[in-house]
Amino acid sequence: MKRNIFYLIIFVGQIALGQEYFPTNTGVKTEEDTYKAITNVTIHSNSNEITESNSILIHKGKIVAIGKDIPVPKNARIYNMQSLHIYPSFIELHTDFGLKKPKRIQGSGRSAEYSPKRKGYYWNDHILSDYNSFKDYTYNKDLATKMRKIGFGVVNSHRKNGIHRGTSVLIALNDFINDGKRILSDKKAEHFSFSKSVTSSQSYPSSIMGSMALIRQLYHDANWYKQRASKNKDLSLEAILDNIKLPKIFEAGDKLNVLRAGKIGSEMGLNFIIKGSGNEYQNLRQIKNLNAKLIIPLNFPDPYDVSDPLMTKKIELSQMLYWNQAPSNPSLLEKSKIVFALTTADLKNQDNFLKNLRKAVKHGLSEKRALEALTIIPAKILKMENKIGVLKKGAYANFIVTSGSLFNDKTKIYENWVNGDAHVISDRKKIDIDGKYQIFLGNKNYDLEIKNSTSSIQVNFKLDSIKLKSKTNYKYGWLQMTVFDENEKNFARISSKIESEKFILPNGVDFYGNNFNSVLKPLKDDEKEGQKKNRDKKENLREVLKLRYPNNAYGFEKIPKPENVLYKNVTLWTNEKEGIIQNIDLLVEDGKISLIGKDLDVKNVKIIDGTGKHLTSGIIDEHSHIGASSINEGGQNSSAEVTIEDVIDPDDINIYRNLSGGVTTIQILHGSANPIGGRSAIIKLKWGSSIDEMLYPNSSPFIKFALGENVKQSNWGSFSRFPQTRMGVEQLYIDYFQRAKEYGQRWINYNNLDRKTKLRTPKPRYDIEMEVLWEILQGKRYISCHSYVQSEINMLMKVAEKFDFRIRTFTHILEGYKVADKMKIHGVGGSTFSDWWAYKFEVNDAIPYNGAIMHNAGVTVAYNSDSAEMSRRLNQEAAKAIKYGGVSEEEAWKFVTLNPAKLLGIDDKVGSIKVGKIADLVLWSGHPMSIYSQVEKTMIEGAFYYEADLLPVKIKQIEDERKKLILQMLNVKNMGSNTKNFELRRKREFDCETID
Amino acid sequence: MKKIFHLIFLLIVSQLTSQQTPGSLTEESILFIGATAHIGNATIIENSAIGIRNGEITEVSTENLVEGIYDQTIDVSGKHIYPGFIAANTSLGLVEIDAVRASNDVDEIGDMLPHIRSIIAYNAESKIIESMRPNGILIAQVTPRGGFISGKSSIVQLDAWNWEDAVIRYDDGIHLNWPNPYTRGRWWLGESPDLKVNKKYAENISKIEDFFENARARSVVNSKTKNLPYYSLNEAIKKNKTIFLHANDEKQIVDGIVFLKNIGIKNIVLVGGRGLESQLNVITNNNIPVILSHPHRLPSREDEDLKQPFKLASKLINEGVLVTIDVQGSMERMNTRNLPFYAGSFSAYGVEREEAVEMITLNAAKILGIDNQMGSLEKGKDATLFISEGDALDMRTNIISRAFIQGREISLESHQTKLWKRYSKKHSKE
Repeated sequence: MKRNIFYLIIFVGQIALGQEYFPTNTGVKTEEDTYKAITNVTIHSNSNEITESNSILIHKGKIVAIGKDIPVPKNARIYNMQSLHIYPSFIELHTDFGLKKPKRIQGSGRSAEYSPKRKGYYWNDHILSDYNSFKDYTYNKDLATKMRKIGFGVVNSHRKNGIHRGTSVLIALNDFINDGKRILSDKKAEHFSFSKSVTSSQSYPSSIMGSMALIRQLYHDANWYKQRASKNKDLSLEAILDNIKLPKIFEAGDKLNVLRAGKIGSEMGLNFIIKGSGNEYQNLRQIKNLNAKLIIPLNFPDPYDVSDPLMTKKIELSQMLYWNQAPSNPSLLEKSKIVFALTTADLKNQDNFLKNLRKAVKHGLSEKRALEALTIIPAKILKMENKIGVLKKGAYANFIVTSGSLFNDKTKIYENWVNGDAHVISDRKKIDIDGKYQIFLGNKNYDLEIKNSTSSIQVNFKLDSIKLKSKTNYKYGWLQMTVFDENEKNFARISSKIESEKFILPNGVDFYGNNFNSVLKPLKDDEKEGQKKNRDKKENLREVLKLRYPNNAYGFEKIPKPENVLYKNVTLWTNEKEGIIQNIDLLVEDGKISLIGKDLDVKNVKIIDGTGKHLTSGIIDEHSHIGASSINEGGQNSSAEVTIEDVIDPDDINIYRNLSGGVTTIQILHGSANPIGGRSAIIKLKWGSSIDEMLYPNSSPFIKFALGENVKQSNWGSFSRFPQTRMGVEQLYIDYFQRAKEYGQRWINYNNLDRKTKLRTPKPRYDIEMEVLWEILQGKRYISCHSYVQSEINMLMKVAEKFDFRIRTFTHILEGYKVADKMKIHGVGGSTFSDWWAYKFEVNDAIPYNGAIMHNAGVTVAYNSDSAEMSRRLNQEAAKAIKYGGVSEEEAWKFVTLNPAKLLGIDDKVGSIKVGKIADLVLWSGHPMSIYSQVEKTMIEGAFYYEADLLPVKIKQIEDERKKLILQMLNVKNMGSNTKNFELRRKREFDCETID
Repeated sequence: MKKIFHLIFLLIVSQLTSQQTPGSLTEESILFIGATAHIGNATIIENSAIGIRNGEITEVSTENLVEGIYDQTIDVSGKHIYPGFIAANTSLGLVEIDAVRASNDVDEIGDMLPHIRSIIAYNAESKIIESMRPNGILIAQVTPRGGFISGKSSIVQLDAWNWEDAVIRYDDGIHLNWPNPYTRGRWWLGESPDLKVNKKYAENISKIEDFFENARARSVVNSKTKNLPYYSLNEAIKKNKTIFLHANDEKQIVDGIVFLKNIGIKNIVLVGGRGLESQLNVITNNNIPVILSHPHRLPSREDEDLKQPFKLASKLINEGVLVTIDVQGSMERMNTRNLPFYAGSFSAYGVEREEAVEMITLNAAKILGIDNQMGSLEKGKDATLFISEGDALDMRTNIISRAFIQGREISLESHQTKLWKRYSKKHSKE
């Protein structure tokens, strides 16, 4: 009801019958009905056309006519804007204008909260789809002034709180009218983010993948709710359904998060408009593929203070590159034909907006696109392209009046008109009197320099180049100065009517108390101008460094392509019945192993002499946590709905480091916070490629489970989450699998209905988590389970058997040797550490002979890393199987190649060397398990991703780039630019126990 | 809760009894012939003859040049003999299980603790310690951690009934952790995990300076009261004990060394050394040995040379620096058994193979001040050595058949080998 009344007000307001029925204190109630006519102005109407000596006719806040020779009514007030320019005023899409930051509520520490606080709403408090920013909005005059100063006329404002943040309010920044007219819409767009609301301490989701899963589930739930099948009322879902047609703006942030938001958007058909962070240029290809509109900040980083060489050493190349390349972001987006709007969001100082906009133009952004990105594109995003962001008949009279081209450094914004009302930013009638002058006072010539005369005036008053203290005031056409002369110990007072630039007539009282009349003599000074030009030139000369794949140290200039390669005379570790073959040749064609034999003679291929060297299949790490932006969704004890595939970080330097250790494929596992963890990702370490290109094609789907101390939260000081014992862990599994079974049955029953009944019957609720568990029960998804002690290992096998499926892999499995016989019978593999132990109570009986014992008992055994450090030398870990328990060299090598391939279900393609298999190969300088050997070349699908002999070249390149960037930064600092205090970025290394 | 602790306690105690019985002095003299002897000073003797008698090495020569007469002559042709490996800067015996607080005795509360002595907490019967010996690690420095001055380390041999029997050198040095010029945000409180300049760096340095200065002032006057920390520090300085300066960052290294030199410390050992490459002069000019920490670590920066951590040792050795290594860091105690492999990996990056052996034998002995007794196969030194099937720096061939500490043949069994045998037997029967 309340909402309806409001609509009524808005409606009435908009048809401009005005508030004639509203009481007022000012006596005259008659609406002003005059026209405003702007004449002789240069109009940049649609961003691509510029027309001179134009007129705009405004009536009641809107443009009623625009163009040359339009008739101007007699009751029009004329604004002659000869030599001035007009642009549509800008639209800010992403602000919390007029809204207070919500207060953060105190969390519950390490004891997690699982249930929502709100009742009658969605099951997750961080979904605030029912929230209307309009409700809490109050017009903020100060901020409006700031926004108008940099050209904005309309802002789309929302409260930045929650994963679904509810709806925004659209406000015209007009100080002269009330909210009834100012509010162009009380519900303009829906807003989203990956961050939880600060107003609830509900634990879930605790990771970005959790947020992604939550948004998916939200829309599945909305679709289900639409059928009126729910037993409870859910105002959040109702709001989702009500607002389904509103534009949806997603504050994603970092480039990878932009991809993530885009991914959910396309999966759920939501067409997100995605707000980035300014580093989108680093992933152009993938972002282009999203086909989404972006909102891009202009928050170009300050250079680092590099004056201390020791500290400078700690700054990452990527940080310095970002400084160098970020101003090119908008231009690169334009070149890639990605549609984007610009925003003031994320700018530390909004006053820098125009400066940065111009910087972006200097870095190649076209003026046309720059203007569109602030006007028509945001207008279209808001579905308001006929009302705002344009200058045409029927649109709001929202425009800025400038002294010249907006993209010229010297151009000033004089006025910002909103809904037909002029807001003065700097007095366009104020005459610019910047310059150097001489004034004769008493018996001396004084020098006078005036700067910034049209805004906050600065004056230098000098006698024989010694500065005198002075105060100056310049308004209403009068310049007033008080000057103190130390020698004379007296003041001079000057006042001067400014008539025109050339005609300044000072008079006043000089230092001796005498009245005077004088003439200011302007002095020409080209020198300063010259300097400035020089500086601009230098600024422009700064070289923008080339993009790489990935855009970081060790990135490629071109993504590696498969090559046809003949390895000659190698020792070949086949992992097949042929075993280890000496002095043999191997041919790779089209990414596959095409021929193996003695003395092969093939033309037109790259030949690599492998004399004395060993060629093996690539190392496969069954348990890795590199290459991901988050690892654990610890907000619930089951998180089957999340997937690591959502959070792959293809730019993680550890990928390249792994390549240098001969690793070609890894499984990125979810962490071990929960008994039921998240789904994992199997990727090929194709450094420089996109996430989609890295994901192993059609690999078997996996999920991580975990047992023991971590899921009981034994070592975290948290005592409130079920389960706290291994007994609880078992029942948790049984509970979830039982429910998944019933869930699956519900869908089977529904799908088996005949067509007519089906139409009448509501669909069961689609539950992502249950879908995943149901996949497990059907044998369509495999479990890799973090495990330590024999009791729990045995337990999980029994639970699986009870539900008639099998565990695929126990990972860690440090007491596997105690139940190896049972594992063999169950058919589960063991992916273990070679020799880790003693780090917690449950590894007390962990022994380095574990791998050998399980292997001897017929279990498929792999050695994994769980560590970004160790994964680079898994070959050495494999060698420990020889030392501890005497596994043969050939079998030990399989622990890190063929066996993990088997456990991951990819051994049909990789893991061994035979004709037809994928060419994921590593060339070693010697025996692959010798402590003295190094990787020489790592090949994936026939392309070289790591070549040791190219390393010095790459390192030299990195050093050169660093030198270049440091020099640039020193130059910039020398020219007086701000520099940033140094901060050293450190990525956290993830392992199983990382809690996010 | 209490019950759990009791339970853990009981379990630990009950497992302690499974510890191997320390060996007793081999009465017969033995001559090992035919092996490749890795002397420990970067040389080898092929077809060697190594004799031991009464706990001492009495013969280091080749088969045809043997002088003495031995009760037993054992042919170990094709095998390798090494002096016992020496692990510097370990915390062996001070923590049993990382996650069990009750088993942790490594870090005492307080910043300035020169009086704290690691040796009395050293658990000679730790299960982790017995897992060192089968890999050739027979000697270790036991070091407290934490604070600015963590306390005193001692040097032990790894086959003893108790700490008193284990000691080779009491209180060999004081460990000084130089303050960090950088701090990291506490991410769990929502702070950025980025490193930032530590605003308290200067303040922390002056804390250390004050402490040393106050201690010195105290030593010149005969005070009626005895301040334990000051007294301990003064005694150590007076006796020229080594100050182990733990420092990784360039500034840390330089500031720390300059400070210690200025106050006249003679024996300084640098521990850590991550940023040493650009500050080699300060090491070489002052003749300071280095314990390189955690050689398998990842590079500090994304764009740093991938192999930099592996290359550092050879750079130092080429500059004539005395270098050994440690495995300080995550899981450092259990990982100490991998010391030989850490040394071996340097060999792939420029360190000569025998130099790699030297790093963890004679170099370590020199740095710890026990080279008169340990660290190489030389006549007159303790018979602390082992026989390996092959190259002991390579996992595949580090298979040790016999080991002696001061002439006592020690057990190479452990909790782990027992479980191995027990369960291998179980599964082979079935």
